[in-house]
Amino acid sequence: MKIKSLDPRITRAGIESEESMEIQLQPLDHFETYEVFHQKKRGTHHQHVGTVHAPNPEMALLFGKEQYGRRGACVNIWVTKTADIFASDYDDSDIFDTTPEKLYREAAPYKVMDRINEYKAKQAQENA
Amino acid sequence: MNEQSTLAIKELLYKMADDLLILGHRNSEWTGIGPMLEEDIAFSSMAQDKIGQSLALYQILNTLGEADPDTVAFTRNAPQFHNCQLVEFPIGEYDFSLVRHFLFDNAELIRYEMLAQSSYEPLAKVARKFKGELKYHKFHGDTFLMKLGQGTAESKERMQKSLNEAWNYALGIFESVPHESTLIAEGVWQGEAALKARWIDAISPILEQAGLEIPAESTWAPVYGGLQGEHTEHLQPLLDEMSEVFRVDPTAEW
Repeated sequence: MKIKSLDPRITRAGIESEESMEIQLQPLDHFETYEVFHQKKRGTHHQHVGTVHAPNPEMALLFGKEQYGRRGACVNIWVTKTADIFASDYDDSDIFDTTPEKLYREAAPYKVMDRINEYKAKQAQENA
Repeated sequence: MNEQSTLAIKELLYKMADDLLILGHRNSEWTGIGPMLEEDIAFSSMAQDKIGQSLALYQILNTLGEADPDTVAFTRNAPQFHNCQLVEFPIGEYDFSLVRHFLFDNAELIRYEMLAQSSYEPLAKVARKFKGELKYHKFHGDTFLMKLGQGTAESKERMQKSLNEAWNYALGIFESVPHESTLIAEGVWQGEAALKARWIDAISPILEQAGLEIPAESTWAPVYGGLQGEHTEHLQPLLDEMSEVFRVDPTAEW
């Protein structure tokens, strides 16, 4: 029996556990998880970037910055407890299916690019 | 700049750069064995920041006629290092490393805030560049100190014990370079005594809120000497390990 841990390094090490060492992990034996969202530029929306373990929001922010904000542009971070996210059920994913006969509400069928290009060409001609 | 002020600036740069290099290397020893994955990454990342900051200072020294940064970092022996003794101690247990990080990085943030106003422009420029990193380092140190000071009886006791052990060495951070008065007179910066006073003001309320006590003032005995190359037995083994690869082939391109 190999030791399994929430820390992937421990699991990867493939350490044999002795029977007496067997510990059943209960929820919250490890810290809770927080979801991290970062914002690349002020005014743009925050994007979900990943998860961290932390005992409280302050520490989650501290870790979120280093895990996900230390490379590339970032001006702001949000963290929220994973448990606080209210999510839809995968069993209900059929609610996103929609009958295809409603092309009038899709943007794709409007052939607007032709007209934009035509207009641009005309503008260019006039300015030439 | 006259000869004396150049000399004093070099002394100051060596002291600051060596502190950062040695502590950066020490803290990197936690990489892979940190208390949890997230903290392992955060602490390692801050260690890298410190090495990067030391590089910026060694580069200034290079423009003042000193050898290139790699040579300076990897070919000197302990007696030629100017760092304070606090930074060379082994990492110990995590409480000690955290307390050292809290004490040192609070001083660093103020030091570089002061230097951002320096009349010596190359130094003022890098000091402004370090600002964000140092602010995060302080945020990290303060947060851990607060949580562990207010944590369990064991965590509080460990933090207090490490604080007591580190204290006089932390006071040793503020050892003045020779001819510091020249630096003060020329507006390079306000000196170690001014920094130390601001540092005490900054950390006292945080320690108090964390439920930790600064050792009684009557017991304060700053450990100086690092600046003149007096070090503990811990520094040379660190340097041997740090420069091991470099010494295999000092001319190699990396």
